[in-house]
Amino acid sequence: MSEKTDRKDWYLARFADFEQGLNGEASTAVHAARRQAIARFGELGFPSGRDEEWRYTSIAALLREDFDPLHDDAELPNNIDSLLVGGLDSYVLVFVDGRYAAGLSQTDGLPTGVRVESLAEGLKEGVLVEGIGAIAADGEDAFAALNAAFLRDGALVRIAAGMQLDKPVQLLFVASRAHAASNPRVFVSVEKNASAAIVESYASLTPEVHWTNSVAEISVGENAQVDHYRIQDENAAAYHISSLYVREERASNFRSTCITLGGLLTRNHVHTQLVGEGIDSTLNGLYVMEGAQHVDNHTLIEHVQPHCQSHEFYKGVLADDSKGVFRGQILVHQAAQKTDAYQANQNLLLSDRAEINTKPQLEIYADDVKCSHGATIGQLDEDAIFYLRSRGIGRAAARRVLTRAFAGEVIERVKIEVLRRELEDRVGQRLERVVSALE
Amino acid sequence: MLKIDNLQASIEGTQILKGIDLEVKPGEIHAIMGPNGSGKSTLAQVLAGHESYEVTGGSASFLGKDLLDMKPEQRASAGLFLAFQYPVEIPGVNSTYFLRTGYNQIRKERGEEQMDAIDFLALIREKLKLVEMDESFLKRSVNEGFSGGEKKRHEVLQMAVLEPKLAILDETDSGLDIDALRIVANGVNALHSPDKAAIVVTHYQRLLEYIVPDYVHVLYKGRIVKSGGKELALELEEKGYDWVKNEAVGAVA
Repeated sequence: MSEKTDRKDWYLARFADFEQGLNGEASTAVHAARRQAIARFGELGFPSGRDEEWRYTSIAALLREDFDPLHDDAELPNNIDSLLVGGLDSYVLVFVDGRYAAGLSQTDGLPTGVRVESLAEGLKEGVLVEGIGAIAADGEDAFAALNAAFLRDGALVRIAAGMQLDKPVQLLFVASRAHAASNPRVFVSVEKNASAAIVESYASLTPEVHWTNSVAEISVGENAQVDHYRIQDENAAAYHISSLYVREERASNFRSTCITLGGLLTRNHVHTQLVGEGIDSTLNGLYVMEGAQHVDNHTLIEHVQPHCQSHEFYKGVLADDSKGVFRGQILVHQAAQKTDAYQANQNLLLSDRAEINTKPQLEIYADDVKCSHGATIGQLDEDAIFYLRSRGIGRAAARRVLTRAFAGEVIERVKIEVLRRELEDRVGQRLERVVSALE
Repeated sequence: MLKIDNLQASIEGTQILKGIDLEVKPGEIHAIMGPNGSGKSTLAQVLAGHESYEVTGGSASFLGKDLLDMKPEQRASAGLFLAFQYPVEIPGVNSTYFLRTGYNQIRKERGEEQMDAIDFLALIREKLKLVEMDESFLKRSVNEGFSGGEKKRHEVLQMAVLEPKLAILDETDSGLDIDALRIVANGVNALHSPDKAAIVVTHYQRLLEYIVPDYVHVLYKGRIVKSGGKELALELEEKGYDWVKNEAVGAVA
């Protein structure tokens, strides 16, 4: 038996444990959905290196760990202020090891027509919130199936038609325990003509290994606007697998910004479906990796209808022995004429040992489209360093200036000013550390 | 101010400078002319401290200190400035930030107080007039998308801000139309004073109609083969570099 199969059986056994502890809830609609999901996971099993989509990202180390998806002994911190975006006036939901922490959350003053709440209550009553699971095209994704099987909690954000949410929603997921596996689900529905900004962030309170396996589903209604941020800054021992599924309706505008600073192994899968006409969809991303960190950004933009635009812009800084993977798939269906899709992935390697595998993947079945892509891999420009030095700026400072400028091209696109400044600081500090280690 | 003695330098094993002797005193403007490949730009880069070049012999002192022992940023702090032949584009770094960082770094090295953003903006606005540049340049990334003329004016702007004691202008005239050439030359002349010096590296005599040198040196195959007053530039223009080449060959033979 391989590790892969053993570990699959291990999670199947954990699911059996889970069912035993459920009593009456086992007969509800919620649990029927979990059963379907675990059956799907059982069929799929964990992916291997032979699987094209996982060719450059090995999950062998993840499978060696005994993670517990049923832990219920989260250590609630007294204060999580330092993990929230400083000075950002927002509605806040905090989750510790995947479970909602009401005492740390703040949703006072929510306007009528807006729901920002934990999923747990509804799930306990056996009521599956309408729409959950409908967007996640998780038929082929073992990790999303596992998330659905162990679904116990998560965040629900629903903005009624025509509502412009006055403040951003912050969803903070923190890990408190070694070997905890959390399977949070984020469900966001922004209805017709409504708008909202969502900041989803992930952090660790423990320095020990833990696993976050998250799934987010976002429904962007007709002519709606969603500005979504995902900031992952977990500890350098953590495993982080995420799936983001987005469904965009006619004339909507969706922007995603995916920032990865933490984790030993991170896989961010993004799948956006543009199912109406006149949609503008943006995926921005930034990753800064050091040590033995590994990040895999695996994106699929699906143009289903005509006259839509998509823009994808991912940049990465890779130091030490870190590795990056970027897969940018753009799928243009036959009906999606006049599609305008642009994709770029730019990488800065700060060490001879750092690696990046970048792969654009354009599949176009329509004949009147504009699609372009470009990937670059480079080192710091020695001519630029000399130019800066000749103006009195020392070598270390010159490297800092150039590296920050490289990452800055993503951060400057962040629309929420307070968040942009926070990211400038946090990413700036990380880059400072990475660059000073070069001396 | 600058004293170069038998300076030799190579790049990737190829000897480019084969023994340069040059002395520049305060208040002087020296022109270094020569055909392509004679080593003019190499000399400029070596003096600024480019690490791709290896100094294989000779010495150079700047204001009494061993220039060759200094890092590029230390040379800048000491008051040496190179206007690049090909200014480097730096995406994502705006011109003001770039200039202020350099300016403050140099002040720090000299033990002077840092200048804040507001005061610096006032300073740079004043300097912009000198090179007839629009303020919008300050918000743009350094040299990115600049025309050839804009890049060279930007170099002179930097020189105006950093106020070096010795400015080395490496083919600052190349690719410039007559208006840009006039602006650049006026800028350089305005910055000149009896306690400052300049080395103007150029292929053509044209620039020297605007920036009038005290001395002209002709560089050929890594050596200064002829030196004279400003009239030497005119003679070169008239007779062409073949005249110098033939003389140099004759001298060797």
